[in-house]
Amino acid sequence: MSGALSDDDLTPVAGGGLLHRRLLLKRGLVLAAAAAAWPSTSRAQDAARSQPIDPADPPWIHKTGLPFTGYGTPSKYEKHVVRNIGGNRSPAGDGVSWTPLEDLEGIITPSGLHFERHHDGVPDIDPAQHRLVIHGRVRQPLMFTVENLLRYPMRSQFLFIECGGNSNAGWHEEPIQRPVGAFHGLVSCSEWTGVPLSILLNEAGVDASASWVIAEGGDAGLLNVSLPLSKLMDDAMIALYQNGERVRPENGYPMRLVVPGWEGITNVKWLRRLELADEPAMTRNETAKYTELLPSGKARMFTFIMHAKSLITSPSPGQTMHGPNVYEIRGLAWSGRGRIAKVEVSADGGASWAEAHLQEPVMPYCFTRFRMPWAWNGKPAVLKSRATDETGYVQPERDVLVKERGRNGYFHYNAIVSWAVDEDGEIRHVYA
Amino acid sequence: MSMRNCLIAIAALVAMPLATLANAEPAPSAPHLGTPMSKDDVAKWDLTIFPDGRGLPPGRGTAREGQAIYSQKCATCHGDKGQGATAEDLVSGPKPPSGDDPSKAIGSYWPYATTIFDFIRHSMPPAAPGSLSSDQVYALTAYLLAANKIIGEGDEMNAQSLPKIKMPNRDGFIPIDAKK
Repeated sequence: MSGALSDDDLTPVAGGGLLHRRLLLKRGLVLAAAAAAWPSTSRAQDAARSQPIDPADPPWIHKTGLPFTGYGTPSKYEKHVVRNIGGNRSPAGDGVSWTPLEDLEGIITPSGLHFERHHDGVPDIDPAQHRLVIHGRVRQPLMFTVENLLRYPMRSQFLFIECGGNSNAGWHEEPIQRPVGAFHGLVSCSEWTGVPLSILLNEAGVDASASWVIAEGGDAGLLNVSLPLSKLMDDAMIALYQNGERVRPENGYPMRLVVPGWEGITNVKWLRRLELADEPAMTRNETAKYTELLPSGKARMFTFIMHAKSLITSPSPGQTMHGPNVYEIRGLAWSGRGRIAKVEVSADGGASWAEAHLQEPVMPYCFTRFRMPWAWNGKPAVLKSRATDETGYVQPERDVLVKERGRNGYFHYNAIVSWAVDEDGEIRHVYA
Repeated sequence: MSMRNCLIAIAALVAMPLATLANAEPAPSAPHLGTPMSKDDVAKWDLTIFPDGRGLPPGRGTAREGQAIYSQKCATCHGDKGQGATAEDLVSGPKPPSGDDPSKAIGSYWPYATTIFDFIRHSMPPAAPGSLSSDQVYALTAYLLAANKIIGEGDEMNAQSLPKIKMPNRDGFIPIDAKK
């Protein structure tokens, strides 16, 4: 396929100037992207420090570069790409930090930018002193060291983990104006490697009367939550590695439970105990929290599955368009029920939709990157994306979700997100 | 490897062909490195408390006793009367939530009284979790139940009485992705 654009290529496939996704397969095609309009202090300082040089003859081609390093870090010019630490309440250990989704590409979240939700800080765990205990309704209670677990057969899986409270500003009456990561960034995607939990449960010997597992973390406060045994036997793992290296402290070092597609709280970090039981313990995390109050006064409970969601990460609030041109709309989609089957994009507020290109690989319970060419004519537009997963579940419009759930549920907000682009190329979050 | 572990490993090897026949996909073989634990070993780890009271330790306390502990250890973050401050509100009164009054404080939202004991015992106060005695945790639980007008000021909470408390919102939950 040649890189030249034909008139056909530039014929919109939906309102507002959306072009056919096949355009993305054209070699050499260069699409513009929106640029950050809210430079961070560090980026502004970096720019101020820069002296104009001849790019054909920069000084760094004439001297030996920096020495080797034992562990690499991002370029100093990327210092602004950091987790956004949420307004922690007292005490300081209880809070969140958000993944800057707007600054990242592809589907893998760098481990150092994986979102955090801690209830009482990050424990400093010595792996030689850490133990995992499996007990309760088993034939033989067992204790494992980290060293033991590293000798077990392992499995790797690319999986998103999303906090049940991600995107909860969507329940607000007024659309929040923040970069997309500080609104929807309590979700990240990693390659997790570890021991399939079924191996360890089978080794302990599951009693026929067991149907639930109470999982406990080894952080201050011993976070606990109850999970159905069937899911843990099916596809949960004790993750020891994240993106090829040992799990980071803030993500559960030396081990965490990973439960594909299920809400973040079930992926217990610093895991130290699994008790097999005949019923849930009704801990705070499955009663007072992580339940969603409905308008009827009843509350949804055990809402483990993170339903399909998609977001346009570029252009998005905080970025600016550079005048009429052909742009690439970029975004992420994921579903706790399996693979993403389709992402549709609208540039006219949902009046018409066109299918976006899904970038391979498309994996179950994993971020899927979608792309869509868009000829922006410089006029106001409202961008939306809508994910459909392989079970046929379709991401709902906000008014549908709010009608069903009310606005006091707090958790599990997955409605379609709308960005309004104005004539100056500024982008705002809107309810449309 | 101890004789016991050795025997377990041999038994597992013998059992493996049967397991393979039973399942469409053979289970991955495992090195069987878990150390068997005795009941006494497990007892030190087993902190779970169930809604029917299983797991509650010996001890006792009343709201009157709990008030002093609350003022000293909890009020700074949760407010002097549990109305909430930097941390969430705990006191609402004994009424399930509604669309007009969507309180998630203990009296309106929490379905089981045992949850209060469990959470305080291992998570509170955040600067020193696990530092309270069982009597102190029973007393604080009693104080919060009394502040929500679910029990009286002098009612003693212990391993027998606490699981008998029926919280106002016991039946307020709809299980979605799993049954109880």
